Amino acid sequence: MRYLPKSPADREAILKAIGARSIDDLFAPIPAEYRLNRDLKVPRQMAESEIVDWFRERSRENGDGYATFLGAGAYYHYRPVIIDSLISRGEFLTAYTPYQAEISQGTLQSIFEFQTMICELTGMEVANASMYDGSTAAAEAVMMAVRLTGRRSAVIARSVHPEYREVLTTYARHQGLPLSTVDFTDSGRLDLRQLEKSITAETACVLIQSPSFFGTVEDLVAIADITHKHGAMLVVAIAEAISLGIVEPPRQADIVAMEAQSFGVPLGFGGPYCGVIATRQQYVRQMPGRLVGQTTDRNGKRGFVLTLATREQHIRREKATSNICTNQALIALMANIFMNVYGKVGLRELAKQNLAKAAYAAQQFGKHAKVLFSDAPRFHEFVIQTSEDPRAINNRMLGHKIVGGLPLKKFYPELGNASLWCCTEMTSRTAIDTAVAMVAESERSSKSANAEVAEVAR
Amino acid sequence: MKHQTRKATRHVNQNEGLIFEKSSPGKAAWRLPPLDVPEVDTQELLGPSARKHLGNMPEVSEIEIIRHFTRLSTWNYAIDLGMYPLGSCTMKYNPRVNEVVSRFDGLANAHPYQPEKISQGALRIIKTLSECLIEITGMDAITLQPAAGAHGELTGLLLVRGYHDSKGAPRKKILIPDSAHGTNPATAATVGYAVENLKSNAQGMVDVAALASQMNEDVAALMLTNPNTLGVFEQEIHKIADIMHAKGGLLYMDGANMNALVGKVRPGDFGVDLMHLNLHKTFSTPHGGGGPGSGPVAIKKILEPFLPTPVVITKPDGTLGFDYDRPQSVGRVRAFYGNFGMFVRALAYTLANGPEGLRQTTEDAVLNANYIRKGLEGVYDLPYSTPSMHEVVFSDKLQAKKGVKTMDIAKRLIDYGFHPYTTAFPLIVPGALMIEPTESESKEEMDLFIEAMKSIAEEVEEDPQMVLDAPHSTRVSRLDEVAAARKPVLRWTPAE
Repeated sequence: MRYLPKSPADREAILKAIGARSIDDLFAPIPAEYRLNRDLKVPRQMAESEIVDWFRERSRENGDGYATFLGAGAYYHYRPVIIDSLISRGEFLTAYTPYQAEISQGTLQSIFEFQTMICELTGMEVANASMYDGSTAAAEAVMMAVRLTGRRSAVIARSVHPEYREVLTTYARHQGLPLSTVDFTDSGRLDLRQLEKSITAETACVLIQSPSFFGTVEDLVAIADITHKHGAMLVVAIAEAISLGIVEPPRQADIVAMEAQSFGVPLGFGGPYCGVIATRQQYVRQMPGRLVGQTTDRNGKRGFVLTLATREQHIRREKATSNICTNQALIALMANIFMNVYGKVGLRELAKQNLAKAAYAAQQFGKHAKVLFSDAPRFHEFVIQTSEDPRAINNRMLGHKIVGGLPLKKFYPELGNASLWCCTEMTSRTAIDTAVAMVAESERSSKSANAEVAEVAR
Repeated sequence: MKHQTRKATRHVNQNEGLIFEKSSPGKAAWRLPPLDVPEVDTQELLGPSARKHLGNMPEVSEIEIIRHFTRLSTWNYAIDLGMYPLGSCTMKYNPRVNEVVSRFDGLANAHPYQPEKISQGALRIIKTLSECLIEITGMDAITLQPAAGAHGELTGLLLVRGYHDSKGAPRKKILIPDSAHGTNPATAATVGYAVENLKSNAQGMVDVAALASQMNEDVAALMLTNPNTLGVFEQEIHKIADIMHAKGGLLYMDGANMNALVGKVRPGDFGVDLMHLNLHKTFSTPHGGGGPGSGPVAIKKILEPFLPTPVVITKPDGTLGFDYDRPQSVGRVRAFYGNFGMFVRALAYTLANGPEGLRQTTEDAVLNANYIRKGLEGVYDLPYSTPSMHEVVFSDKLQAKKGVKTMDIAKRLIDYGFHPYTTAFPLIVPGALMIEPTESESKEEMDLFIEAMKSIAEEVEEDPQMVLDAPHSTRVSRLDEVAAARKPVLRWTPAE
């Protein structure tokens, strides 16, 4: 086996040194009746070239080379090539969690820089080293608010990513944490009157997403006023990190739970991604996940360490703030490099291109179909309503190597034939125009079909 | 250095400040293509929500970014540099073909919501890996959704809850041995269970008599790591399973130490009802400085109705798809389908090994741990003489007489060119040195390690202060962790 560095003679020498007759001696502690005396039924050993071929074939089956209008919590952005050159360095790729600080300063300093940039972008005072993803970060942020307030329920906007809400429901179920929801209005924004009524003296927090699942930018000032007036905390989820380049961050929030996938992390069929929690300094001791802090060594030299570990499971066991152990260090490193590449000016310009593409697309689609929620500001996603089932339209688009917007019937049946479209800097005007033409065609045939029906009825 | 080290030589490495300290206005590492749609007025579109400034985000050029991170990387130890004997972490070689295949365009650029019709390759990968892991564990079904080991534990205990709830008898407690990982009790608490400690016997194994007396109809499951954190196989595993099952409880196995078992014995065959795997340990996906991991949960048939949604199924037309219609499901534990990129890597590893490679890997892992044990027995105290599987746990009892603790020995090991073993765990061994070499170490590398550990033991006798002051060869000496925690500085701020 090519990954194993021992010759048969080495193995013999080691067995001899140990004083074992055969390798079986070492497995003697396993009761004989359970020992596996056959080969595992897994595919035979493959050569590297065969492995490459096998996965290339799977890659081909997976519809390579489509233009996509899908967003909804996973975004297709350009990934600068230096991300992969740098994260492929074995010293980053094949290191463990930086418990031994003296030989982990590279990882530690890069996490410290990541924490700093997340603070700068979110308007928060502290950020952790990363979480599994945006959905689990949102759930953990709600749990954190419960610990901080001592209150035992939460109010969730229905315009938060449906799968984030599902994850939160799973986490909350066994914590005795009732969840209630608040609707969105015709503008797509949170229904503030309903919000006001939903918050009780037992509400630990209000969880919203901005830009929301529909791409709508929420009125943070108004939402924060209502939430804080009732002594609850405001938790803001951000699924599209690029929005922070041009949309005012949720400075009024108490906790921000974000997904940093857009910062240079491949779509990768849904993971691994990079969640992060950011908050105010005063709440840091209830924050889940790893944290890196600055300190000095015995000679007064600056260095970095994992810190505030007394929150964590390996010290506190069942009294820990969370059971989380790993973070997403390598993915956070991708995000870190991405943030450095674009930086203070580039992130804004990049976000502006996203804004412009979506504005153009929404305007073009609006000539033929109904664009919902157009009264509120939005970033780079929008919802259109068609006469025809969007799945049927999307099916035809596949023939043009275009993946259309996400049909919303599964998550929001009340919106009828609605679909959620996303444009990024990767979306070409040609793709937009082609998709718009196909929607226009669909609307025309629906109308003439309707006219025919009306004719027959008459 | 008093004693010679053959493993490493000091050499110059570069200094590097924080990236913010290199930033200055006008530098840039980006260039966008021309916009092919009309420009927009941000203020007009976003109104008061338009962002005014991006604070202290850096402005640097591409070469500076390359140098910055390359310099930082050289300050890390890594598997690629040498033995990384962290017990319980299974720091094995991370094959490079895994990295190549996971970056193929059709996989790396696949959107999780793209139609199933153009996701057949990804679904096939999920299905094939699932089948391999089910066979390896001897279980009946699996979910790949959990993002890490602890997340797998969480999912597992949710399944336990789902199962007992469906029987109309929700139970209150989880039994956890005192040798368990901290994530076990933390997870039980997260799922709303009370934790009851289970004491180990003199051999470091579960005290079966104690288990029998503690087991009752209030106990939902036992969370057992096997081999346990001493690297010892629970020889009375069948009795343990029987005791749990007789009172309607479930046996959960923490699969952190599965590297000792693959191809030699299957948990499903010895009575385990559910278990999680760590793809970043046993199945070679890179640890990446602390993630991403992946923590699939394999289960017996009785738990299948409760699996998180969605589940991959074969549809009547023979294509693969997702099934969301599962009324008894515990729900979702993560958005989308889990850390798919890690599935690709774990499957590539499995294909590179095949049945004989997987078995040989396990045999070499156990062989290596026993070689280290033999080499250091007598030099360091071995608190449990029970046979070792894939890792061995010593204690600092002999060195503590000179005031030198496990962490000090660990820090001195750094000077010899090695990453330390796991210190002070498991908790049942005071001053533990937990060593897991994995199969990836050659005899030569292990000989160097044994030599270094022996040399340190001598140094402890001759000059304990020198060991207490270690490491002597690193960029920074021991860092003040107390100060870091007392007045946390968790981000850079510009000088006033």
